[in-house]
Amino acid sequence: MTTTTPTFPTAPEDGVPAVDAVEPGGRGEIHLVQLYPRDMNIYGDWGNTLTLKRRLEKRGYAVQLTDYNPGDSFPADADLFVGGGGQDSGQFRVMEDLQKIKPVMYELVADGVPMLAICGLYQLFGHEFRTIGGEVLPGIGIFDLTTVGGETRLIGNIVTESEKFGTIIGYENHSGLTRLADGQQPLGRVVSGDGNDGEDGTEGAVTNEVIGTYLHGSLLPKNPVLADHLIATAVRRRYSHETLEPLNDTLSQKAREVARNRPR
Amino acid sequence: MERMSRPLVRLLGQGVRAATKLRGGGSAFPGLVMEKLHPGFVSEQLARLPHGVVVVSGTNGKTTTTKMAVQLLESQGLKVFTNRTGSNFVRGVAAALLQEISLTGRFDADIAVLELDEAHAVHFVKEVQPRFALLLNVMRDQLDRFGEIDTTRRMLSKVAAATTEAVILNREDPRIASLAEDVRPGTEVLWYGLSPQLRPMFPSDDDMRGADGPAAPTPEGGSAPEAVVELTDFKATDVDFLVRGKPEKAKVHLYGVYNVYNAAAALALSMTVTDDGRDAPAAQAGIPSLLGELSAVTPAFGRGETITVDGAPLQLLLVKNPAGFRLSLASARPEAYATMIAINDEYADGRDVSWLWDVEFESLRSGGVDLVTGTRAWDMALRLDYDQVPVRDVEPELTEALRKFIASAEGRPMRVFCTYTAMLALRRALRSVAVVPEI
Ligand SMILES: [Zn+2]
Repeated sequence: MTTTTPTFPTAPEDGVPAVDAVEPGGRGEIHLVQLYPRDMNIYGDWGNTLTLKRRLEKRGYAVQLTDYNPGDSFPADADLFVGGGGQDSGQFRVMEDLQKIKPVMYELVADGVPMLAICGLYQLFGHEFRTIGGEVLPGIGIFDLTTVGGETRLIGNIVTESEKFGTIIGYENHSGLTRLADGQQPLGRVVSGDGNDGEDGTEGAVTNEVIGTYLHGSLLPKNPVLADHLIATAVRRRYSHETLEPLNDTLSQKAREVARNRPR
Repeated sequence: MERMSRPLVRLLGQGVRAATKLRGGGSAFPGLVMEKLHPGFVSEQLARLPHGVVVVSGTNGKTTTTKMAVQLLESQGLKVFTNRTGSNFVRGVAAALLQEISLTGRFDADIAVLELDEAHAVHFVKEVQPRFALLLNVMRDQLDRFGEIDTTRRMLSKVAAATTEAVILNREDPRIASLAEDVRPGTEVLWYGLSPQLRPMFPSDDDMRGADGPAAPTPEGGSAPEAVVELTDFKATDVDFLVRGKPEKAKVHLYGVYNVYNAAAALALSMTVTDDGRDAPAAQAGIPSLLGELSAVTPAFGRGETITVDGAPLQLLLVKNPAGFRLSLASARPEAYATMIAINDEYADGRDVSWLWDVEFESLRSGGVDLVTGTRAWDMALRLDYDQVPVRDVEPELTEALRKFIASAEGRPMRVFCTYTAMLALRRALRSVAVVPEI
């Protein structure tokens, strides 16, 4: 295979679109919070945080980045939340802490604050996780769904199709089987892969501006449409800014083309 | 099936090996046939070894550590059987055994030192009880194969529980240290470790992100247990150890700080194996010769191996998890090198490339990256872009990328960071322009 190499950004400043010369941070500040990075960050979740941060900065927003771990004082003024997957052991600590912050989380969700919850955190945003051994771990019920422990892990490259966001491409790795209640909107429909439970063809969930999904991989770098939706929601709430300048996403497009054709 | 006589086994093994050569099959194939024809073949053979079986497992550094341990034990006069081909599961062991037997007509060894990956080690110890086990680390490597780090730890606990004489553990890895609880009564637990000053240089995956990871383990709530070998300092090739509490010096010609730590592991294992009736003065006398032999160890394939291309050194660095990649990046000044990164996502590499997002690439920002290649070249280019690292070229096809890279290096020394199958392909491609040792 020979490849002609397209031109793409090589210097830090490139990739900033032909936007009016906004000073760095000139548009204002966005408070981005990583939920439980100490216990839940095993699948390249930093990639999601970094993507949000850089894409905000390129649009002229300063980013205040806060790590929220169990027991910390809760940053209730946050504009945008992102959280990832964890080991079983980490999930217990997080579960207890989530119960404490549940009331304020409910307010934020009702208020339209954008959040992205992946894997372990996605499960805990549902009603409960029932392990194979019959143990029940309570979630906080932002999503109308429940998860049961499965015998085998659902692992591999996955492609889904979302009405709102188009084709979403990532990697899934979970043993929990998630069942959506009637009326719970999924994030997408599975094109190839397993998704929520490997059977009903749905993947993820959306409630208000909260997106839950099993796709990591990392999700946002390869799905800039999703990243920009979260960002647009945040800047609209905070500053009533209605437009986001497009960025050069050539590399992301190339990586997507490859990923969607890789073996499971 | 009725058991076969040994000469018959041997003839059959030779026939299978010849057939394998013809079909160009993998090195595990003859072992597979052998296990089908004569189940228990491997355990029967290994049970005869006077010094028993040593299993080396963990996520990172098995190959280099096993190679060091074999060389150290051979320097003490032991005849060591090992699975050198890197085909590291039961069938691979059977294949290596067959080769040994068909070459010499008998299985003539004192001890077996076997590198086994975590999943295969679990099956192996069901058939063969190791006398010693050396367990190195549990890292985020190929999570898509093993599912979760905690699952990997559980696999290794089976190995610890099956070991009959001594289990040697990495004191600084919390998941490995906790395996001490799984060791059966009567089996000794021994440690290798780092001095407190060196611990920050060896981050575990738990403290890759965020300031404070889990604290170093202090089992029983007290102070850390004493290590057989503790790495206390190193500068270039000069290494300082505390060996049973006594300061010792050695030379280690291996690339990367992890390999220096693995030398401590191999040393602790070799001391334990050769030390019949611990603390005997005779065993203490062996320590200087073990330390001397350490300096003679050369890098295992792909673990910092250097190949000369057109008079310039090209270094191949295997990368497979965030901690390992970060340490490889930190081990030299990037501006002094031409840099290529080759990321494949075949099964042996791990299909999931998410882990690249947990490596920090800022150190490459000033010098940039000359080329990215491999099936996931575009993922890598995207990753570098988000860390604001300039990338001069993207060429997914490995052979073409290598050609371009060597041409663009213009005499600069070259560093290539690559995943497992990318490394195999690059080594093959390098044969046409350089002398590449057989694996
Ligand atoms: Zn996942």
